[in-house]
Amino acid sequence: MKPVFLSAVTALMLNVSLSAPALAGAEDIIVDGAWSRASIGTSRPGVAYMTIRNTGDEPVTLTEIRTEIAMMPEIHRTSTNEQGVSSMTPAGEIKIEPGETVALEPGGLHAMLMRLQRPMAEGESYKMTLVFSGGGEVVVEVPILGVAARGPEG
Amino acid sequence: MRRRRILSYGAAGLGALGLTLFVGWWRVDGPGAPVAVEQRPVDLTAMDFRLTDHEGNAVGPETLVGRASMVFFGFTFCPDVCPTTLGDISGWLDDLGAEAERMNVVFITVDPERDTVSAMKEYVGYFHPALRGWTGAPDEISRAAEGFRVIYEKVPVEGGYTMNHTAGVFLFNAEGRFVSTIDYHEPREFALPKIRRTLETDDGGQT
Repeated sequence: MKPVFLSAVTALMLNVSLSAPALAGAEDIIVDGAWSRASIGTSRPGVAYMTIRNTGDEPVTLTEIRTEIAMMPEIHRTSTNEQGVSSMTPAGEIKIEPGETVALEPGGLHAMLMRLQRPMAEGESYKMTLVFSGGGEVVVEVPILGVAARGPEG
Repeated sequence: MRRRRILSYGAAGLGALGLTLFVGWWRVDGPGAPVAVEQRPVDLTAMDFRLTDHEGNAVGPETLVGRASMVFFGFTFCPDVCPTTLGDISGWLDDLGAEAERMNVVFITVDPERDTVSAMKEYVGYFHPALRGWTGAPDEISRAAEGFRVIYEKVPVEGGYTMNHTAGVFLFNAEGRFVSTIDYHEPREFALPKIRRTLETDDGGQT
């Protein structure tokens, strides 16, 4: 698995440019294996997956995601009930305990990208900003794979 | 004397048989039945609906009889479960190789409002070439869902709506009989053996 990008430097610079005590959390976050499926046009919502690891000693909470590719990005959770019926609901804030990894993966948590600003074309990539409680931010470069991709390797 | 003994054995035997049948009924069809049993799709030969495939052909359950079939319900505006499942199905078909040509593989939309024939045509083109996309009038989709025991509902979200829906993949043999379901959260390595078993039930099972 190709570790897809997390520039601690970028994250720190962003943090510095924000208000002073805002560093909590984000510098201990490692994001791996980010990927998206290509979209068909812009009318359908897009999706992004990745793993988010907290290597620090304190819990961190993912409060918001932002990306230039979609006006309304939001973490959603797919759940399937006993009758085999799948549904999606906004997941709210995601708390990540020290040493814990949260996976955004098919059929579970995922970044749902609503109101796409442009088609997500296979082979391209875009930036997504993860915002943590305390104001720390991590910028992730998300490569766009095919519509039928099943994981970060395609 | 001897005859009476045989009769009483016979009565006891009948009693035991009756009890066995009763227990069997209780557990399979009666109040003791697991809910899942009632949710099994009926056989394709017992279904009745008229839809249109992504190339504009009129299709129905009878279209599927004669070859083994794999059927999945979803919608093209679905960002997570549907492309994941259709990607999985495409992967299984790749693994099956030439055997995949012996199967019908159908994606039926639960969102006919947005999933027109042309939307289905564009969407299925991104997956395995064996995949067919079926859509149609809302009441015909509803009749199809009823036969497959599929549940779906429209859920409003900001700026539009999404669909909750049954996410299992249904397998039928060449005679149209329901064989098994690949559940969404079932380990994926169970899928191929199930599909192979469905293909095998063609042999000798032909009428």
